[in-house]
Amino acid sequence: MPPTAAAYQASPHSPAGPGDDTPLQFDQLSKAFRPNGRLVQALDKVSFRVRHGTVTGLIGPDSAGKTTLMRLAAGLLAPDSGSVTVLGKNATAQSLQVQAGIGYMPQRFGLYDDLTVQENLDLYADLQGVAHIDRADRYGELLQMAGLAPFTRRLAGQLSGGMKQKLGLACTLVRQPPLLLLDEPTVGVDPLSRRELWAIVDRLVRKENTTVLLSTAYLDEAERCDEVVLLHEGRRLDQGDPKTLRDRMLGRTYSLSAPNLSKRALQAHLSRAPGVLDALIQGEHVRLVMEEGTRPDLEQLLPGAEDASLTEAPPRYEDSFIALLKAQAQVHGAAPSPADPPAAAPPAAQTANAAAVIEADRLERRFGAFRAVKGISFAVSRGEVFGLLGANGAGKTTTFRMLCGLLPPSGGSLRVAGVDLRHAPAAARSRIGYMSQKFSLYSQLSVMENLRFFSSAYGLARERAQERMRWAMAEFALAPLADSASGELSLGYKQRLALACALMHEPDILFLDEPTSGVDPLARREFWQRINALAEAGVTIMVTTHFMEEAEYCDRLAIMATGEILTMGTPSAVKQHARTETLPDPTMEDAFIGLIEARAPAGTA
Amino acid sequence: MSDPRQRNGSAAPGTFRMRLRGLMRKEFLQIFRDPSSIAIAFLMPLILLLLFGYGVSLDSESIPVALVVEQPSADTASFTAAFHKSRYFVPTTYATTREAEAAMMARQVNAIVVLRRDFAQRLRGADGAPIQLIVNGVDANTARIVAGYVEGVWGTWLEHIALARGRSLAQPVQIEQRVWFNSELRSRNFLVPGLVAIIMTLIGALLTAMVMAREWERGTMEALLVTPVTMREIILGKLIPYFILGMGGLALSVAMAIWLFEVPLRGSPWLLFATSALFLLTALGMGLFISTIARSQFVAGQIALIATFLPAFLLSGFIFDIGSMPDIVKVITHVIAARYYVAILQTLFLAGDTWSVVLPNTLALAVLAVIFLGLTQLKSRKRLE
Repeated sequence: MPPTAAAYQASPHSPAGPGDDTPLQFDQLSKAFRPNGRLVQALDKVSFRVRHGTVTGLIGPDSAGKTTLMRLAAGLLAPDSGSVTVLGKNATAQSLQVQAGIGYMPQRFGLYDDLTVQENLDLYADLQGVAHIDRADRYGELLQMAGLAPFTRRLAGQLSGGMKQKLGLACTLVRQPPLLLLDEPTVGVDPLSRRELWAIVDRLVRKENTTVLLSTAYLDEAERCDEVVLLHEGRRLDQGDPKTLRDRMLGRTYSLSAPNLSKRALQAHLSRAPGVLDALIQGEHVRLVMEEGTRPDLEQLLPGAEDASLTEAPPRYEDSFIALLKAQAQVHGAAPSPADPPAAAPPAAQTANAAAVIEADRLERRFGAFRAVKGISFAVSRGEVFGLLGANGAGKTTTFRMLCGLLPPSGGSLRVAGVDLRHAPAAARSRIGYMSQKFSLYSQLSVMENLRFFSSAYGLARERAQERMRWAMAEFALAPLADSASGELSLGYKQRLALACALMHEPDILFLDEPTSGVDPLARREFWQRINALAEAGVTIMVTTHFMEEAEYCDRLAIMATGEILTMGTPSAVKQHARTETLPDPTMEDAFIGLIEARAPAGTA
Repeated sequence: MSDPRQRNGSAAPGTFRMRLRGLMRKEFLQIFRDPSSIAIAFLMPLILLLLFGYGVSLDSESIPVALVVEQPSADTASFTAAFHKSRYFVPTTYATTREAEAAMMARQVNAIVVLRRDFAQRLRGADGAPIQLIVNGVDANTARIVAGYVEGVWGTWLEHIALARGRSLAQPVQIEQRVWFNSELRSRNFLVPGLVAIIMTLIGALLTAMVMAREWERGTMEALLVTPVTMREIILGKLIPYFILGMGGLALSVAMAIWLFEVPLRGSPWLLFATSALFLLTALGMGLFISTIARSQFVAGQIALIATFLPAFLLSGFIFDIGSMPDIVKVITHVIAARYYVAILQTLFLAGDTWSVVLPNTLALAVLAVIFLGLTQLKSRKRLE
């Protein structure tokens, strides 16, 4: 068992001794980049240590500096100032020795897609200098651990995302390294694979005494680490044992339910209530985080609400992160304030048939002999937020593309906004908006130019386009950035702009494809506030996501696997499926994993 | 960066040989599985050779000409017969100049030969008969050739009728032409050897720059860099497989040149392969050097095309004679490696082991190879910046 160490601060002046206790130490590390002549301070005087035999989580949203830090530790970048000491050696001056000692998995796993599983392992064994006589044993062990033993002759490019990730890890581990650096190993990987990866990491640390530094944008993974380092905009915000950090929030987290009120209106109301730091929809409840020293008073929060109830809820790691970020934002005073519920424009053309805006009946899509979507049926009504969850390869993206009219169905019927998509996809497309995780903006164009382009792409008349652009500038607080190139915006602002672009033509239906991957939790909350307001105004929202938290925002959701819908219903109902005696209060992730595991034989996920 | 050998010895587990073999095996597996590498190495030479060997011809044969005979007679018939017999011409006879001109405008003929009304009469006179020749000068090269050929036919014919009348033509000096090295003046004979240089440039520079950029693009380079492998090993791991592939492409091209297009190989094959190996190293050096600048396949491909392929095509003397280029362009051709290689190839194929040509050009290639490979070694760091 790891020692439950109290949070401690790494002293920047402590001797960089090559002691076994500190396999990795960062001292006053700074690094700046100059993309297109603009100075970006990726890391700003970051200091901390990683203790031997622990998992240290490097937690932060995209562009917090996680990857830069990892690359500095691997000797792939040279710092502007400060130093990194890895296994007693300077990562910059003695990079080759450092690289010979560590295992490092970059974000994209470093696999050769046109090589088989076995050939990838062979390559890394050669490069790492693993003696031939030791290989058979090591391979057996790694393949067993990664569950890849039956697939040694398969090309890496034909593996699923989760299997690639495990193969990448196996390649990194061919010569059992004492220190392992994993750069966002779980990004874009489904919850089941994430859980399997964590099992491997835990085993390495407990059984083989490996030290692991792992970066992630998923805050729920923090709780699995022995220690977390919180990185935000290049600075170390916090460090410590996640339980200690979490327990700081004890007594400040509550769950509130008011059956008579819509949960979205309730959340919008509560997030603006005095003393409330954070309000989050969770199933049928709203989860509250209170400011320090404030007790929630039901009378004050919801005057006149009769059957509202308030109970204390256990704190989560994310709560302390939110508290820290909000405190930061106050110090800097530059926080965008979208706090007022955005007065989204009501959809222009209201569908007469309010019952079902999207109707799929035995929808099927084949690619050659492969059935990507196997006759699924569902209906989404106006103003509903409907989620699609599923592992990679479950058929989510294919379904999504058919719904957007980008891919004709092979069978079944599909009506979107009252239009049969098999016959008039273009007519339906003018009624839908689409936003993807890739934020398909033109990065060289300015904010204004992007908005103008999307207005013209949707064929808005001149006056209407002008009016919508003014609306977008005001609504998303983009006016000060109107002339900035959109490629240079922060991730949160890019996301706002992408949403603004998707809303220029006031669509009836909004498709969101993993809309908040990698953005920080504050930006994600802000985003969902807008989405909720749109839903209240009658826009139908269809969303795919890997974030279980996002699943909670949905009115209903469907969990997909291998082209079929495994279950469909409200978040609470879906979670009920996973309820067992040992797990009385399952999370959405538990429900998801339970369903997938019950369905698919191991290894083919 | 410190001395790589020192760093090698102290830190890295495993051996140089094991790592290099691993990298090379990986590269060969990728080459065999990725049809685009094979296509560039073998299909591209095949297509280029067939295209240039059969499709493009700088020879002038079967030139369509218009013969305008204003007053047919036995003499004019004998003259037109001379045109019909020549393999260079396909004559069509017209009665008036106007009709012939129309045919020229319609691009049906390249030249017009006019025999005036008084042709037969003046032929017997003291000054001889003049003929009028109108040549389409749009393509100056072809125009000159056509003019020369017509003169040739005319001269031969005059000689014939003189002989037939029992006296020789009073010409004190006669030019007797002999064309050396390519006596049939087949353009194939110098195009095909030059093409080998283009093909080697494609395999060496384009393919190498692209596969190196692919490693950056797919993020595999980052994973390679964080292994005990040295930059020199990564470079060698690319250099050796693509060197072998390039020599394969060369063997195919030479075989096609000799057996399919019947280009004579008058020099020694070993010298051909030795100088080709040197050129391939230069091309690989250029490709690797480009890859130190460009980290996306698209950019690498563009740079390789503009910096290596186009110059090899235009400025190497492969099609366009360097001697007739403007001085400034002539100076530029000195940094084009293909220029030296084209000279060597054309010499080895058509003339033989002429050391006075082969040696200086080989030396120039060696200098360029050292420069490009040296620059690559200097520019390559085990860093992401």
